[in-house]
Amino acid sequence: MKISKEEVEHVALLARLKFSETEKERFTIQLNSILEYMDTLKELDTTQVEPTFHAVARKNVFREDQVLPSSPQDLALSNAPDGDRGFFRVPKIIE
Amino acid sequence: MDQNQKRRPEGKIDDPVWMGRISLSNSDSGLPHPERSCQIWLVLHSAIRNPQLEGAGMKLYEMTTHQLHDLLSRKEITSRELTGSVLKRIEELEGRIHAYITLTPEMALEQAAAADLRIQKGEAGPLTGIPLALKDVICTRGLRTTCGSHILDNFIPPYDATVTEKLRAAGAVFVGKTNMDEFAMGSSTENSAFGPSRNPWDTQRIPGGSSGGSAAAVAADECIASLGSDTGGSIRQPAACCGVVGMKPTYGRVSRYGLVAFASSLDQIGPFSKDVRDTALVLNAICGHEPRDSTSVDLPVPDYTRALEGDVRGMVLGVPRENSGQGIDPQVAESVREAIEVLKKLGAKTVEVSLPHSAYALAVYYIIAPCEASSNLARYDGVKYGFRAKGTQDLLDMYQETRWQGFGAEVKRRIMLGTYALSAGYYDAYYLKASRVRTLIRQDFEKAFEKCDAIVLPTAPTPAFKIGEKVDDPLQMYLSDILTIPCNLAGLPGLSLPCGFSREGLPIGLQILGNLFQEERVLRVAHAFERNTDHHRQKPKL
Repeated sequence: MKISKEEVEHVALLARLKFSETEKERFTIQLNSILEYMDTLKELDTTQVEPTFHAVARKNVFREDQVLPSSPQDLALSNAPDGDRGFFRVPKIIE
Repeated sequence: MDQNQKRRPEGKIDDPVWMGRISLSNSDSGLPHPERSCQIWLVLHSAIRNPQLEGAGMKLYEMTTHQLHDLLSRKEITSRELTGSVLKRIEELEGRIHAYITLTPEMALEQAAAADLRIQKGEAGPLTGIPLALKDVICTRGLRTTCGSHILDNFIPPYDATVTEKLRAAGAVFVGKTNMDEFAMGSSTENSAFGPSRNPWDTQRIPGGSSGGSAAAVAADECIASLGSDTGGSIRQPAACCGVVGMKPTYGRVSRYGLVAFASSLDQIGPFSKDVRDTALVLNAICGHEPRDSTSVDLPVPDYTRALEGDVRGMVLGVPRENSGQGIDPQVAESVREAIEVLKKLGAKTVEVSLPHSAYALAVYYIIAPCEASSNLARYDGVKYGFRAKGTQDLLDMYQETRWQGFGAEVKRRIMLGTYALSAGYYDAYYLKASRVRTLIRQDFEKAFEKCDAIVLPTAPTPAFKIGEKVDDPLQMYLSDILTIPCNLAGLPGLSLPCGFSREGLPIGLQILGNLFQEERVLRVAHAFERNTDHHRQKPKL
């Protein structure tokens, strides 16, 4: 077992997901078989190999710091599930 | 081969006068489809008189972009007639194919009318007035963009993707947004929240994925060409399954601005079309540097149609030693072998190349892509846009309920995988390890391209499989991408084009890979093959 049901629950919390009991069990089995497959990578010695994060390497792409028009407030809020007077409304966070 | 039907003379083209009522309701998912219920009456009056066309027996919707551009420029047809022909085709077939999530007949006819004005003024470009379809992962201002997900069911982008802007500027006509695996995660479109698309060659089978709707729409002539996105094969594999041409350009060639992100270091937009010339024409329209995507590369864009002028004499094609064996359907292997023989007869030389680390590509991909996805998909929190679960107790509960109800199983599986692989204690073992092996895969290609101009191999290990066949076994489903993934990890351009048919009459795809920014060589090989074969002219019986 690479990952237990308890770990699945912990990872689900990190990912802000939740699962029913049957989903948890199914995911545990599926994630285990996928992670076992990933073990094939252990066959390779990569201690001397630099990682690739982008296929076409780029770094520090600069541009002029120009002021450009931004999205108008009503447009930015147009898809909000709970928009109110120019704000995104969310459940109460601070007691 | 009896399922295949060659284009045959029919003695008549589209009825000169017809009335079509677009009234599509497809409710596989039971979710509301506002755009699907739109009804529109189309009345087209002008008769089309063109002896050449009538002789060829081709309907407008069957034609390619370059054929239609000629007819439009010569004022032999109008874009309204052409668009009407495609919309009628959609009306006839969409109930069986389900290539689209959203149809936009009214907008299409408006765009067609505007295109006709441009053509009248002699300002038509190659895509002016041509009906195209966009994968529903590409943002369209004011037009719902769902990513095949319940969580974006009602999302109306406030801006256009760069490619959408470019196609609008080119005068293209948008007939709709195509179906896809949710957030482009899948190889069959079965992960769409709106129900699967069907393969026009056999509607019991998958069209491939994740851009299955875009591939099926082109194969069924429900649009002239389309755009998809390719993260691990999501353009090339469905192109192979549906018998059309599909191309993923080099990473950085096309701006990803407005492409809803799945795995940012791998995603790339590209075209589906009915032939290689159309691929070149769409590439001309969408490629190029764009500052809003800082990974887009500032290199001049050539005219890709110029690449079609050359032949393959003297070109060296690499044939990977590793792909001759396991897991590849013998019929696929045979078709690809025959295709390579065709290219040799045309003057290409072949050389064996070795890509030993490609065997690890699938494991690398299914670590890196879910890691990037778990980060990219953190934005779906029920606050700024998209679905929010009702009746929740507090913020955490709201996040969890929203994401649990809003995402489908495969998306949740990949978010879980990625979150796990990036979590404390596992980062080095999974993400960093995979990124190091990614370097080895990239270096294999670098070495291979020292001795060849392009690499040829099958696109998918098997022809299209049956709907439902692999839904319960994620790893089996992932194996569909085993031949397309290495190209994404290395950022290379890759193209799939039809190279034969299985005994059941299902299309088989030949994949051609080029070195970074060598799209032209890929197109040259593809075009030489296409010019000397007729697989791309075969049409499904529908």
